[in-house]
Amino acid sequence: MTDYPALHPVGDWIRDALPPPYAAVANGALAVASMVALVTVTAIFLIWLERKVCARFQARLGPTRVGPFGLLQPIADAIKLLMKENIRPRKVDKLAYHLAPLLPITGSFLVLAVIPFSHNLQVADLSAGVVYVVAVSGLGILGVLIGGWGSNNKYSLLGAMRSGAQLFSYELSLVLCMLLVVMAAGTASLREIVLSQQGTVLDWWIFKMPLAGLVAFAVFMISSTAELNRGPLDLSEAESELTGGFHTEYTGITFSMFFLAEFVNMFASAALGATFFLGGFLAPQFGIGPVDGVLAAIPGVVWFFAKAYLIIFLYMWFRWTFPRLRIDHLLSLEWKFLLPVSLANLLLGATLVTFGLLIP
Amino acid sequence: MNEEIPAASGVPVKAGNNRPSLRRFLGDAASLFKGMGTTFRYVSRPRRVVTREYPENRGDLKFPERFRGQVVMPHDGNDDHNCTACTLCEKACPNGSISILTTKNLASKRVLGAFVYRLSSCTLCNLCIEACPFDAIRMGHGFEMAAYSRDDLDLILNRTEGR
Repeated sequence: MTDYPALHPVGDWIRDALPPPYAAVANGALAVASMVALVTVTAIFLIWLERKVCARFQARLGPTRVGPFGLLQPIADAIKLLMKENIRPRKVDKLAYHLAPLLPITGSFLVLAVIPFSHNLQVADLSAGVVYVVAVSGLGILGVLIGGWGSNNKYSLLGAMRSGAQLFSYELSLVLCMLLVVMAAGTASLREIVLSQQGTVLDWWIFKMPLAGLVAFAVFMISSTAELNRGPLDLSEAESELTGGFHTEYTGITFSMFFLAEFVNMFASAALGATFFLGGFLAPQFGIGPVDGVLAAIPGVVWFFAKAYLIIFLYMWFRWTFPRLRIDHLLSLEWKFLLPVSLANLLLGATLVTFGLLIP
Repeated sequence: MNEEIPAASGVPVKAGNNRPSLRRFLGDAASLFKGMGTTFRYVSRPRRVVTREYPENRGDLKFPERFRGQVVMPHDGNDDHNCTACTLCEKACPNGSISILTTKNLASKRVLGAFVYRLSSCTLCNLCIEACPFDAIRMGHGFEMAAYSRDDLDLILNRTEGR
């Protein structure tokens, strides 16, 4: 077993250089600053990636003009959005209307705070990390509901209510998938969950529990797609039916907050998937000496982002392949299919764990 | 409810056959992967990209056979054309974009003086080309029609006068 120290050299250096109270503040500020940088860069990069990947799925080229490979396109988009006049419809509920765009981005920020990007890159390692993740990711739902209600527009309200129904429903399967891993790993701390997957690739929870892990991963992918409001489960937007859904009445910077949150949420969700099922920051090991040595030499943070982006590619692949579901189909998919499947899967997983039938 | 109704594909299906079955489920699940395979083939083969980057590929633009750019009048090596100034194209034009101005040649024969083509009002509808019995005009490949003045869009298609 490799030793994975929890403290980062930079943090140690600051602790050495400053007296304890100042060091704590400085380290906290550093953590917040790096989270802000991560969120900004991730959002901008993902917007570019989404446009590029979607274009290639449709046999197009995507943005190519602004910067090399169109890399500066999202910056141009951001400038356009920020320069736009911020129109507030006359009869909106002012507090709700202005509060709503802030909640989803706050939620994804808070989720990212407990993600172990590497063994020593984690803002906070909560012992009940999974519970915390489930709780704060609910802020996104709240933002959607409040935004739809505060807009004072029937389409926004319909979109928000649909979205609320969808998000509340799919949260169940999502939590049951996480619960399976928590049960198998015997801990709810995300760092500990990653460390419980040490060994070869077969020790990752997606493979370690025969069948149960794969089913849980599939259900996780479906329900997190629904949680992210992405196609084919993007019922809250459904631009062909609802003229944009809950963010119909938002313009300029308030709209861009929703837009940004969508992409940061996608990253947070992919990060969770990588943490729970794909061994997080651990390098994949195949039990072949030299190959393993090379793979293990690559830093954990690289592996983490590689795995997260693999899942993000899957999300994009889903979105640009499948047609959107109807609202009643969507809800019956969850309540009549995914929920029973995850419950049965949880039972199967419990049996496997109890009788020690995991892949050694 | 078990009468057979023809499906769009021509395969008869039983009406009301919506009962969940394992076979049906597996078929549906397989269809999802089939769709993902199709889209993945687009990603994995860059040659399938249909986008053409216009100003860069200006040198080797490929036009479809029936592409309709602005009307041109083909001339042969002697700067001769097939136009007999019969004015059928002028009459066929719904916009009055064509005016045939005639003149007399040395043998006092009525010939084309100027084929005035007003690009500003032309919709590239191809009716003049269809009307022409001598193939004197055809749809060219010119599509970069921007001009600084409206007068620049009044073109004279024949190169020589009175032949």
